[in-house]
Amino acid sequence: MRHDHLITSKQLSREDIETVLDRAAEIDADPSAVADRHANTLLGLLFFEPSTRTKMSFETAMKRLGGDVVDMGSVESSSVKKGETLADTVRVIEGYADALVLRHPKQGAATMASEYVDVPLLNAGDGAGHHPTQTLLDLYTIRENAGLDDLTVGIMGDLKYGRTVHSLAHALTNFDVRQHFVSPESLQLPREVVYDLHQADDGAGIREHDSLEEVLPSLDVLYVTRIQRERFPDEQEYQKVAGEYQIGPEDLEAASDDLTIMHPLPRVDEIAPAIDETDHAAYFDQAHNGVPVRMALLDLFLSDDGAGGALGGDGDE
Amino acid sequence: MSDDHEHHDGNDDHELRVSKIRDGTVIDHVRGGQALNVLAILGIDGSEGEELSVGMNVPSDRLGRKDIVKVEGRELSQDEVDVLSLIAPDATINIVRDYEVIEKHRVEPPEIVEGVLSCPNTGCITTGDEPVTSRFEVLEDGVRCSYCGTIAREELASLIET
Repeated sequence: MRHDHLITSKQLSREDIETVLDRAAEIDADPSAVADRHANTLLGLLFFEPSTRTKMSFETAMKRLGGDVVDMGSVESSSVKKGETLADTVRVIEGYADALVLRHPKQGAATMASEYVDVPLLNAGDGAGHHPTQTLLDLYTIRENAGLDDLTVGIMGDLKYGRTVHSLAHALTNFDVRQHFVSPESLQLPREVVYDLHQADDGAGIREHDSLEEVLPSLDVLYVTRIQRERFPDEQEYQKVAGEYQIGPEDLEAASDDLTIMHPLPRVDEIAPAIDETDHAAYFDQAHNGVPVRMALLDLFLSDDGAGGALGGDGDE
Repeated sequence: MSDDHEHHDGNDDHELRVSKIRDGTVIDHVRGGQALNVLAILGIDGSEGEELSVGMNVPSDRLGRKDIVKVEGRELSQDEVDVLSLIAPDATINIVRDYEVIEKHRVEPPEIVEGVLSCPNTGCITTGDEPVTSRFEVLEDGVRCSYCGTIAREELASLIET
C-alpha cells in the first residue's frame, strides 16, 4: 500500500507502523548518521491552532535531518486573516516546500487539503479527529516500555474530543491488545470510532468503563488525557467527574509494578506530580520520542523512492 | 384503467388520489411523509414550472402508509435514483411513456453520494467556507462523511443540502 500523505492512523498497517518505529529506533540510536540526509529540503509548517510539542518536534526533526522549515506563522499574521481558504493556503505553500505539516481546528481538514497538493502532507491534528504522528510516537513509547503484543491498555479521560485517543485506538487494533476506555458518559468515544474498532477486530478487545478502579490492576499501560473543563455545559457537571479521572500515588498500590503511565501532554491535574519520579512515568520520554519518530516519518516520506517504497509499497529499499 | 401504473405490484394498494401522467416518472412506495424530501433531493420545487402530483400518507398494504410522487416530462437518472434510496429505500421507480409503464425497478443504494447531504458535524471541514463538495460513504444503516468520519443514521432527509 502506497501512502502519499499521512492523514489517519487507520491507513497504517502493522507493517507500516513497524517500518516507522524501526527507522525511528535506528535514528534514535545514531542521529548523526542522518544529519545531512535531507539537506536543502524544506518542510512547510501550517499550524492553524496553537501547538508547542508537535510543532517544535517537527521543526527539530527536519533540522536534525539537515533540512529547514518555512512557517506560516500565527493565523492572525497570515492571509487566513484576510479570508483565504485552507485549499488556497496549502496550494500556495506547496510551491515553497517539499512536504507540509498541517494542524487545523476542523475535522477532515487534512483529508481535504491532501486533495489539493502533490507533496506529502502529514496531519498534525484535525480538530477532534486524528493525530497520527502522535500515535506513532505513542506506539514507539509503548513498544519501548511494554512491547506491542499481548498487552492490556487503558485509555482514560476525554475520549470524545481526544484526537490522540482516536488515532491510538485505531492503531492498536493492528496488535494483540485489549483496550479499556475509561471516561464519564458525556465524554465517551464517538460512536463512529467504536464502530471502526468493532469492524477492525470484532470488538473482542474493546471495553468501555466509567471508573478506572475495576480495570487498573489488569493494565500494562495507562494512557491518560485531560478532561477538558471547557467541554462541560456547567462547572458542577465537570466537578462531579473530574476527580474520578485523576491518578495519584495512592492509586498505584492497586496497579501492576510494571504499569507504564503515558499522557500526550499538556497535563493539568490528571497525573499527580508525585508520579513523575516513579518508574511508571513515561510521559516525558514520550514527548522526547516525538523527534526521532518524526525524523523517521519525514525521512520515509521525503526519500527519493517516496513513502510508498518505505511504508510497505513496492520500492527498492 | 382506474389507476393503472400504480397498481403494478399486484393491486395491494388502495385507489390512489392523484392523476396519472403521460410521460415521466412515478416514484411509488416512498415512506409516508417523505415525498417532499424526495422532491428536495431531486431539486424540484415547482419554480421551473414542473408538473407534479404528490400523494402523501395514502394507504398501502406493504408500508401501511406511503407517499407517491409523479413527475411529468422527466425521467430520473440512475444517480438520482441512487440518492433517493437513502430516504426511500422501499421505493419503486416507474418510467412512464404515453401512459404506459415501460420500465420499473427498485432503488439500489449507491456506494458514495456527493454534493447531496451536508455533514451534521459542525466541526467538519465541509461545513465551512472551503471549496469542497460533501461526500458520504453509504453504510448498511446510514451514511458516513468521507472527511470527518461522522456517521448519520437517522433523519437523513434533514441533511439534504438546500
